[in-house]
Amino acid sequence: MLVSVYRYNPETDLKPSMRDYQIEIPGGKDLMVLDVLAMVKEQDDSVAYRRSCREGVCGSDGMNINGVNGLACITPLSDVVKNDKLVLRPLPGLPVVRDLVVDMSIFYKQYERIEPYLQNDDPVPAIERLQSPEDRAKLDGLYECILCACCSTNCPSFWWNPEKFVGPAGLLQAYRFLADSRDTHTDERLANLEDPFSVFRCRGIMNCVAVCPKGLNPTKAIGHIREMLMERGA
Amino acid sequence: MGMKNMQVSSVTNFGRSGLSDWLIQRVSAVILLLYIVCHSAIILSTPEMSYAQWRELFAGTTMRIFSLLTLLALCAHAWIGMWTVATDYLTRRMMGSKATLVRLVFLVGCIAVLAIYFIWCVIILWSV
Repeated sequence: MLVSVYRYNPETDLKPSMRDYQIEIPGGKDLMVLDVLAMVKEQDDSVAYRRSCREGVCGSDGMNINGVNGLACITPLSDVVKNDKLVLRPLPGLPVVRDLVVDMSIFYKQYERIEPYLQNDDPVPAIERLQSPEDRAKLDGLYECILCACCSTNCPSFWWNPEKFVGPAGLLQAYRFLADSRDTHTDERLANLEDPFSVFRCRGIMNCVAVCPKGLNPTKAIGHIREMLMERGA
Repeated sequence: MGMKNMQVSSVTNFGRSGLSDWLIQRVSAVILLLYIVCHSAIILSTPEMSYAQWRELFAGTTMRIFSLLTLLALCAHAWIGMWTVATDYLTRRMMGSKATLVRLVFLVGCIAVLAIYFIWCVIILWSV
């Protein structure tokens, strides 16, 4: 199989280029893209990419696989390879540190901005803040995000305004805390999202939903945030 | 906290808040749709429209208000849309340091076009 990998080392290369590798794929099993990358690395150990848990939990190996963002470790070749060719590029829209490794600073900055932690001004109870099973169920489909950035880097609004638009990953987490019955800072959270960029740059094209490796739905969460903003402001 | 010092501000969008722009964009779209549907129905149900009939249609106070309302909706809708396009594509990220000037000139141009369009339409509506 022909594997074409985006190569760029800012210290030695004037500009990025694609380098091709011929990889023998053993028959009889369906490898993951990450396995193929390991085989590429055996041929050429200068290839740089991030990986850690290799089972879709850590979110390190988000990359653009044959044009679609995904986690290399849980993307089987049979899902993405056509005409015996695999093209691997870094996540689009973020600065490239080297090869498939991108600088995620702006992505984390937007995550930090939505204050992704429980805020409650009520006196701290002796043991813990309780939540009914119904209220806990509201967090399903929100808390599972692993911050791999596949969604935000597939979003044109995030490409054009990454400093101002929170992006689907950040907004999914913003709603995770807006929806939490134990959080008392709902009003402040909403006030900080009401400007024309933070939430409202979402045009609802659902690119985020199409690529989320965990099957989450940021567009739906953004819709809920809009509803809450409407309740509060209209 | 992190959020406070990264708060997004904007003074050139229509309603100063993303929520109001979003709402106005949707309400104005409904008004525009109603106007189009209403006029299509009138035109389709009148096989041969004479000039006198056409004039009479626009001379009524109700139609004048409806037309003016639609004109206002169109201007607001167009402004919000063009502002959004400009702040997506005419940015520092896309064209470097000259972006702010280019964007402001573009937006002033949009305002000029919309203002001329608005005044011209009012003159036409009140001339029948």
